[in-house]
Amino acid sequence: MSAVAAPKSKPVMSDRARAENRLGQKLVAPAIVLMLLVTAFPMLRAIYLSTFDYALTAPEERAFIGLSNYLTALTDPLFWQTTGVTVLYMVVTVAVELVIGFIFAMVMHRVIFARGVIRTSILVPYGIITVVSGFAWQFAFSFQNGFINGWLPFVGDDFNWFGQTGSAVVAIMVSEIWKTTPFMSLLLLAGLAQVSDDMIEAAKVDGATWTQRLTKVILPNMRAAIMVAVLFRALDAYRIFDNIFVMTSGAVRTESISFLTYRQTIEQFQLGMGSALSVLLFLSVLVVAFLIVRLFRVDLAQARQG
Amino acid sequence: MIAQVAVAALAAGGLAACGGSSDAVLNWYVNPDGVAVFEKYADQCSTGDYDIEVQLLPTGATDQRTQLARRLAAEDSSTDLMNLDPVFVPEFANAGWLKEVEGDLGDRIIGSTEGEGDYLSGAAETVVWEDKAYAIPLWANTQILWYRESLAKAAGLDMTQPVTWEQVIKAAADNGGSVGVQADKYEAYVVWINALVQGAGGAIVSDTEAGRDAKVEIDSDAGREAATVIEMLADSSAAQPDLSVSREGTSLGQMFPKNGPGEFMTNWTFVYKNYEGVIDQPGGPTKEQFDDLRWARYPATVEGEVSKPPVGGIDIGVGAFSKHPEWAAEAAECITSEQAQVDLALEAGLMPSTNAAYDEVAASGDYPKELIELYRTSVDEGGPRPKSAYYSMISGAIQSTWHSPESVDPDTTPEESAAYLEDVLEGKSLL
Repeated sequence: MSAVAAPKSKPVMSDRARAENRLGQKLVAPAIVLMLLVTAFPMLRAIYLSTFDYALTAPEERAFIGLSNYLTALTDPLFWQTTGVTVLYMVVTVAVELVIGFIFAMVMHRVIFARGVIRTSILVPYGIITVVSGFAWQFAFSFQNGFINGWLPFVGDDFNWFGQTGSAVVAIMVSEIWKTTPFMSLLLLAGLAQVSDDMIEAAKVDGATWTQRLTKVILPNMRAAIMVAVLFRALDAYRIFDNIFVMTSGAVRTESISFLTYRQTIEQFQLGMGSALSVLLFLSVLVVAFLIVRLFRVDLAQARQG
Repeated sequence: MIAQVAVAALAAGGLAACGGSSDAVLNWYVNPDGVAVFEKYADQCSTGDYDIEVQLLPTGATDQRTQLARRLAAEDSSTDLMNLDPVFVPEFANAGWLKEVEGDLGDRIIGSTEGEGDYLSGAAETVVWEDKAYAIPLWANTQILWYRESLAKAAGLDMTQPVTWEQVIKAAADNGGSVGVQADKYEAYVVWINALVQGAGGAIVSDTEAGRDAKVEIDSDAGREAATVIEMLADSSAAQPDLSVSREGTSLGQMFPKNGPGEFMTNWTFVYKNYEGVIDQPGGPTKEQFDDLRWARYPATVEGEVSKPPVGGIDIGVGAFSKHPEWAAEAAECITSEQAQVDLALEAGLMPSTNAAYDEVAASGDYPKELIELYRTSVDEGGPRPKSAYYSMISGAIQSTWHSPESVDPDTTPEESAAYLEDVLEGKSLL
């Protein structure tokens, strides 16, 4: 039943199963071709462009430089500093969101009265455009007209949150967490709904405490759902851009790797370096996805049954 | 805005298909200063052949550049006319996005760069790239030193003679006043640094037409003199509390504070009309205070060396991919006419780029005569920022290494910034 229990060795297929498999492949082929056209072309073009020293404003000076852009990026302290900040955003926001999101999911799952109102109010932040929530939080954290300083006893009234890296990163994380926790809780709610009540009842009859039911029954049976939630949010958080753009414009070293890529491509018109950075961004997203899948030891092909 | 353009394009296309020849639309992208005057001239310069429609660009110079560049890089045929900040002209011209200004007008602009034409040479200089004119100067902006006469008097400063930054900072510090500059991490901070370096006889980079091989020169005596001024102000009690995030608008309020003697402030020409417009209004100066407002040439970096006031403004270019390049060129000439420039100066406080228009503005009596003369000489003798297809990289590298002003050290900053700028230009370092 559980995804972990999926057999490691390939089962022997019957002729019928093989034929069904072939039919399935034929049926999805057109979709795969279309998807490759849409997604592979820009990716291949980015890889091609990344081998050039190419500024949009100096088209005649365009020159093939092989992998130099990658070498420059990977040996530049700025690249590693932005990668570090990005990983920090991802790890902290996903961890906090997982906890709060799970609590929200439990509330939404168990609530009996005013169910619609409670579910809606939990989901409202997710319906707000990120740029708008970025501005709202920027005003909230502003020392001139914000309310955060007034609420927090340990900071002065004139504390400028966006004046130094640490506090600016915290402010950006708060806005990100506020905005996307509902998404996390929505995915976890779906997982929670899949946990059979019979099993929980059985555990109760066996005398399991609430904590035991949570850790031995509910969470293990939600593993696939938790992995999907963490995976989706982690990849999303790794691409963080809007909040930073609105709240600090990347000042005081709050820049993420997406923001660095944006600046190279859109602001500096350095298409070669910008493309190299996008390829690196893509590869690092793959690494993150791989690590998360490995961490949860879930067989993705089986996850839908889990 | 995209929807508006789409609707306009559809309408134009639809009507043209019906056989009407008078419905072509020329889109004119304008920055949001003096829009009322632009709209008036869009109307007046429309002919039986075409209508000029004003499309608004974002407020910030960087955003304006990005939006125009994205259209032009995609060879957008509906970008017919555009207002350009002078530093963008070389970038855009080099990318092949601007149509050359040809014929008599082009010759007059080129001639003006050597002082033999109607345009102020500082303004004409901004639109010339590789010996060809790629835009028409519309208005020419410059910075001067604004100050309170009472403060200068209390400090015993003779403002009829050229003053240095050192004198100004000392005068303000000794008398409880302050010095207003633009030192946030943005383009205007480079404007200040560039003026300081040029004022000491140097340059940030030279041989800029060599593109990435331009010669980085900021690690020089002039660079160190510039850093000395910034360090002096940052360490002085004359520094305003928001120095590291100060912008064009932020020090305006320090000129006539409730308490204190006011400030010396380097800023653009809009300051005069700005204060005049709010006399006796909440937050504005009284008539008496306004009469205390004075102006002088941009301060010298080094005693005895003439200052190089910053030059800004707006130039009008014709998009290289316009469907109607001849009409667009004709329209550009019309909207940069002498009368349009005079109207911009009188109605929006944006100073002209031609001598004839200057004479008319001076004769109008709307501005003190000596202020108009100061503007004119400042533009004419001012120092442009580096003209390079890689200007945004140069500007970005300087901002990265010279910000914050408190961290500037004459012994290390010019050297570090030169090394970083060289790496950035050679593509060896990320920006």
